[in-house]
Amino acid sequence: MNAIVTVIGKDKVGIMAGVCVAFEKTNVNVLDISQTILKDMFTMNMLVDVKNANVSFSELVDILDKEGERLGVSIRIQREDIFDAMHRI
Amino acid sequence: MLNQHEIIETLNMIDNQHLDIRTITMGISLRNCGHPDAKIAATKMYDKITKYAENLVKTGEEIEKEMGIPIINKRISVTPMAIAAESSETEDYTIFAKAMDNAAKECGVNFIGGFSALVQKGFTIGDRRLINSIPSALAQTDFVCSSVNVGSTKAGINMDAVKLMGNIIKDTAEKTKENDGLGCAKLVVFCNAVEDNPFMAGAFHGVGEPECAINVGVSGPGVVYNALKGVKGAPFDVVAETVKKTAFKITRMGQLIAREASSRLNAEFGIVDLSLAPTPAVGDSVARILEEMGLETCGTHGTTAALALLNDAVKKGGVMASSSVGGLSGAFIPVSEDEGMIEAVHKGVLALDKLEAMTCVCSVGLDMIAVPGDTTAETISAIIADEAAIGMINQKTTAVRIIPALNKKVGDEIEMGGLLGTAPVMPVHKESSYDFIMRGGRIPAPLNSLKN
Repeated sequence: MNAIVTVIGKDKVGIMAGVCVAFEKTNVNVLDISQTILKDMFTMNMLVDVKNANVSFSELVDILDKEGERLGVSIRIQREDIFDAMHRI
Repeated sequence: MLNQHEIIETLNMIDNQHLDIRTITMGISLRNCGHPDAKIAATKMYDKITKYAENLVKTGEEIEKEMGIPIINKRISVTPMAIAAESSETEDYTIFAKAMDNAAKECGVNFIGGFSALVQKGFTIGDRRLINSIPSALAQTDFVCSSVNVGSTKAGINMDAVKLMGNIIKDTAEKTKENDGLGCAKLVVFCNAVEDNPFMAGAFHGVGEPECAINVGVSGPGVVYNALKGVKGAPFDVVAETVKKTAFKITRMGQLIAREASSRLNAEFGIVDLSLAPTPAVGDSVARILEEMGLETCGTHGTTAALALLNDAVKKGGVMASSSVGGLSGAFIPVSEDEGMIEAVHKGVLALDKLEAMTCVCSVGLDMIAVPGDTTAETISAIIADEAAIGMINQKTTAVRIIPALNKKVGDEIEMGGLLGTAPVMPVHKESSYDFIMRGGRIPAPLNSLKN
């Protein structure tokens, strides 16, 4: 199952590292990344595969939430289906 | 991969424009719960509801977390209680309302609908018992919602039921006066009631429905409002297209959630109800959508036309997006739940007569309207009759949810709390409808040809 991760917040050193370490620990595979800086705001979308994750989706949400808090950014993970439903016929 | 713009658009709708799944409602049949002993019947009902809906709230919360979209309400609807309880030997059906209430509390849902009777053509013994029990049932329960269908295009209008409901509404207001007549906010009088409506207070699980079904109500007035802000001054075809596209996106989301919920809960997927259901929150108002189309205040001339366009475009967009659209699908205009409507009433622009006209072209009826406490039962019945006539002639659902605000006068407010909002007390015509209502009997079903 794929999921979309969105990271938004004030740019600083270590955001990407923090997010990727969290994924390594939970065995989540990153498939695609698009990242940009908009007026000092770090904005990143990632497509990840959570099929082999070693935690439940709900735990993953909490882990990323905590990591976001530590980094001072918002990290959100949602199943890809919700975006596909809205934007793909 | 989805592009950044698409991802941000969806997140924006959820974060800033109040896009949400308004309700996942599980419909449960209680037709096999009858028993001559009311206590045994009530226990059977409680057991069945709590068994079927045991995981409803938990599943809703799981889906909410995985999809990242708020699912505001998890609710239950049951077979109209007048049918389910009819074989029990008891005059007072409050015992069944209490069973529903206890089951709702056990399951953790915030409303349970179906304390209902369908009397468009006449009363059975159970119908009368149920209707007479409504005031005490609503006063003695917290989460039970009640509805009575008094008319239909096929059957006409049961004016005896219309007369009775005026008194029942007054009684309910009196019995729940400590809470500003809150009981009346949970009581709907319908014409052409639909059997798969997931929205309260009018939800019930119709007799043609399966054993257990999941119906999902989607909302998003704020999303439509924001989309229309992007087409300021454009002609109406552009407005209609914009609403359609937005409704399509919202409904697709509802369809996904409904499928997911029904498969996890082992229930049939019923319908997606695409209704623009406002909440008291700023930015979640249907009135503001109408104003965005170019009206200074909701209720002024042009409001009915604006609402007609909105309602139709919402349906057109929604129908394409779901395998099964049903329920009420359209725009709701509950006054107390819509911050724009409340302001329009206070300004003196939006009045009962205009609201009645608006109900000719939108999905429901006179909804969440407070009237002075000294309004007579006959006047309330006459308001119901007018609304039922609109539904009957136009082959659409109409409803009345009206709250007589005891000891309050025009301009005062009653506080319902939460999603039910704040209702400004609105004036009604002072001239009597007494003799009209006292006639009773039936208004025959209308002719469906020779339409002019």
